[in-house]
Amino acid sequence: MAGEVKTKLSKNLLRMKFMQRGLDSQTKKQLEEEEKKIISEEHWYLDLPDLKEKESFIIEERSFMPCEDLLYGRMSFKGFNPEIEKLMVQMNSKNKKEEIEVDDKMEADVSDEEMARRYETLVGTIGKKFLKKRDQRVLRDDDEDENSNARPKKAKKMFLKPQD
Amino acid sequence: MAEGGKMAAGSGKMAAEAAVGQVVLPGDVLLLPARPGHDAEQLPLGSEAAPRGRLLCGPGLRRCAAGLLVTKCGLLRHRQPGGGGGAAAGGAYWVDSQQKRYVPVKGDQVIGIVTARAGDVFRLDVGGSEQASLSYLAFEGATKRNRPNVQVGDLIYGQFLVANKDMEPEMVCIDSSGKASGMGVIGQDGFLFKVSLGLIRKLLAPKCEIIQELSQLYPFELVLGMNGRIWVKAKTVQQTLIIVNILEACEYMTSEQRKQALAKLSGN
Repeated sequence: MAGEVKTKLSKNLLRMKFMQRGLDSQTKKQLEEEEKKIISEEHWYLDLPDLKEKESFIIEERSFMPCEDLLYGRMSFKGFNPEIEKLMVQMNSKNKKEEIEVDDKMEADVSDEEMARRYETLVGTIGKKFLKKRDQRVLRDDDEDENSNARPKKAKKMFLKPQD
Repeated sequence: MAEGGKMAAGSGKMAAEAAVGQVVLPGDVLLLPARPGHDAEQLPLGSEAAPRGRLLCGPGLRRCAAGLLVTKCGLLRHRQPGGGGGAAAGGAYWVDSQQKRYVPVKGDQVIGIVTARAGDVFRLDVGGSEQASLSYLAFEGATKRNRPNVQVGDLIYGQFLVANKDMEPEMVCIDSSGKASGMGVIGQDGFLFKVSLGLIRKLLAPKCEIIQELSQLYPFELVLGMNGRIWVKAKTVQQTLIIVNILEACEYMTSEQRKQALAKLSGN
């Protein structure tokens, strides 16, 4: 009785989500297959042989510019239009840019000797910063008056162990 | 009969190297030497060892299964690989043809004449089959408020942003970084004339003798558009016209004749 009822239910009804619980595995599989078939039939494709894709080593170019290395189209001569002359140099040297950049690198603002001289004095000035005030004064005294009583001063400040 | 017809159509096949400097006709097929590693697919090492640069197939040539198909008549030109330009690292073939009709090409810098102002765009006559459009925003420093001062009849030096056979060509007067770099409206006076496209390329070639000789004469300014238009301006109308006449005559003069003509001028 129940089997009869099941066969009477339409396919579309059986495919609904809430009907899936009660189905046995065989009918479930059958339905799935049918569904897949319908989907694959709906997809249409061109009945052509497979295209063989080859990597091409040729680039098509419609312009003469890259072929012939043509110059910039605006020109000015003998200072008629200084702006354009500046532009000409700039645009026409684009190809030789790399060479120019190398030249720029070589040029230094400060020579090595000057750099060394500056560092020499710098070591002293910066070194002072990290010394304690007391030590700094000692340094200055040493520099200014060597002949005066620098030594006794230093000795005076030394730690003396108290005697019992 | 059939063979004769074929020959007339110009289906000659020849090696590309052998045809360099020769006249080629539309329909000719230029065969390229086989690439090492192109057919030897079993050897992956071989394909890696193939030259990195790709062959540039310039104007007048098209790719086809066998090699390059010629679409214009003229002299076949070739540049060896590694000759400076980065784009053509693998060498380049193109057809040097003599023509007067300009066909817009993306990236070409041309001189256009403003023919109309249609709302947001200007219409420019560039000598092609269709008028080019130029947006008012495609100028350096232009904003919606600050419109460029362009009138009908002005000459504009600009480059093509869009140029293909199916669409209306579009021009701009700025480069990719938004700078004008010489593009825009060309000055008020001066003289505009037209020469063949071949002569323009000759003049624009690096170390062009004609330009070098002219530059010794007197101060003047020159704008050369790839569409065959030349704009000249010098201090006086007479000087302008002398330059114009020399440039126009260059098309038909040998270099000796030109030197004679120039010597005559500089003597005066």
